[in-house]
Amino acid sequence: MAQKKPPVRGKKRNSHTAAGILFALPWIIGFLAFSLYPIVMSVYYSLTDFNMFQAPKFVGLENYTALFQDEKFYKSLWNTMYMTVLGTPLSLLVGLLMALLLNQKVRGMPFFRTLFYLPSVVPLVASSMLWLWILNPQYGLLNQMLQKLGLYQPNWLTDPDFTKPALLIMGVWGVGGIMIIFLAALQDVPRSLYEAAEIDGAGTLKKFVHITLPGISPVIFFQLIMGVINNFQYFTQAYLMIGSSTGGGLNVVSGGAENSLLFYALYLYQNAFNLFKMGKASAMAWILFLIVALVTFVIFKTQDRWVSYGDD
Amino acid sequence: MTTDSRGVSRFHSISFRRRMSRLIALVLLIVFSIVFAIPFLWMILTSLKSLEEVYQRTVLPQSLHFENYLLALTQIPFLRYTWNTIVITVLCVLGTVVSSSMVAYSMSKVKWRGKKYLFPIIVGTMMIPYQVTLIPLYMIWNKLGLIGTIAPLVVPAFFGGPYYIFLLRQFFKTIPDSLLEAATIDGAGELRVFLQIMIPLCKPALASVAIFTFLGTWSDFMGPMLYLNSQDSYTLSIGLQAFLQQHYVQWGILMAASAIFTIPIIILFFFAQKYFIEGITVTGMKA
Repeated sequence: MAQKKPPVRGKKRNSHTAAGILFALPWIIGFLAFSLYPIVMSVYYSLTDFNMFQAPKFVGLENYTALFQDEKFYKSLWNTMYMTVLGTPLSLLVGLLMALLLNQKVRGMPFFRTLFYLPSVVPLVASSMLWLWILNPQYGLLNQMLQKLGLYQPNWLTDPDFTKPALLIMGVWGVGGIMIIFLAALQDVPRSLYEAAEIDGAGTLKKFVHITLPGISPVIFFQLIMGVINNFQYFTQAYLMIGSSTGGGLNVVSGGAENSLLFYALYLYQNAFNLFKMGKASAMAWILFLIVALVTFVIFKTQDRWVSYGDD
Repeated sequence: MTTDSRGVSRFHSISFRRRMSRLIALVLLIVFSIVFAIPFLWMILTSLKSLEEVYQRTVLPQSLHFENYLLALTQIPFLRYTWNTIVITVLCVLGTVVSSSMVAYSMSKVKWRGKKYLFPIIVGTMMIPYQVTLIPLYMIWNKLGLIGTIAPLVVPAFFGGPYYIFLLRQFFKTIPDSLLEAATIDGAGELRVFLQIMIPLCKPALASVAIFTFLGTWSDFMGPMLYLNSQDSYTLSIGLQAFLQQHYVQWGILMAASAIFTIPIIILFFFAQKYFIEGITVTGMKA
């Protein structure tokens, strides 16, 4: 991959630059119009009292200070932390376990792989509808099974202690994407390492801890970061679950039973498009950005301790 | 590779252990399969039950009510919604593939200095939560009087998606420079090199981008919910959700509708499995 740079004369370099800019032009325009300008405006809105219909009124940091006294803001942060702290490791663990099983060279691997992957491409509206039905407290399949086993049958959709676990269960069903990535990573670990370890008499557990885990650690690391970022923005599934069981209009967001499903992104949306508090919602967006940036930074800081990048 | 494994299999205990672990894996896989398949089965079984039977806690339908599918197709303006979804999806796929491949070409194979500065910005924009730009973007479309049209949903696709630019750049970089240089010496300009060499060589990567854009747009909920406000313009996602809110009890029809919504994606998956898996692998593994 060594790049030899042929001596380029001025004219030729100019034509390269022109071509470079021209090919990148769609992104450059898009960046200015759909990223940079909105980012600047978002900072500005976050410092104003703005309801979309009247001109924004500058209020300084009032939106931010008001948020720190807002109970619902903390509630939404707590709900989001819950999903991030439990949901991310859960899907990584299940995804990895399934990938490990698929990597055992068993017969029918393509069949299993397809079956495990398919739920993750089902449109969220369809899968949420399906799960609403499965989780239906009286007639749902899950509670029917729990009843047959003589176990407690929670009100998955209305008991605030069980609404978030219900979403976690839904999430595990859609773990296929992560599984495929782990499977590819497992297949990239050199076989020769395992064979050498076997000759040295290493058992399954030892091989897993000393060869497999370090081998796929960069992928675990990347998936961990993506999972955390996605969970902090958790929106659609919760929105669909709440909207469907309370029967409000298509655009109206509530927080579910006792606000147990009021996630950060939902509360932000509610402020912006139901209450028209655009300034407050913009302030929330920037706080979210800071939290995500901070958490990502902390995870990055830990990587020297557990992520090994082999020799490339 | 083959000689290695033949050499190892002489150790009997190892080959026995391996067979045992494969057996355990197989058993666990079957258990997982049942758990993962049950929701799908439940969707199909419910979709074939009558309105009353859904509430009788039976597993198998007593008789098959295929009319649920017909009812779903007629009670919901399915054709209208499907057509709206197809229009938006086709435009987004087209826009994303064309624009992202151009930008990725500039970021990988055009010899200019700017790419060193632009590429980190492209990757950087992926780190910004969409909530940050959500409100200002809505204000822009509002000022332009385009709320309620498909413009806010499709226009941005023509300006390159960072994720797909990143994916395509990774692929483009694997094409040897010598191939492109030969064409340049023959007098081909950048545009011809891009269209006649790069694009044909990278068809699999472009297919992955097309498929993921298709999946994302076909299933997108938030975009249409924000920007489409008349039932005539609804996509399948918000159309079905609106139907669910009005007909919360008719689970047979609702499950039939979900099945109809999901089937195109499952068919697509079976035809293009390879691109699905390659695409996920490339974007998911390389930080």
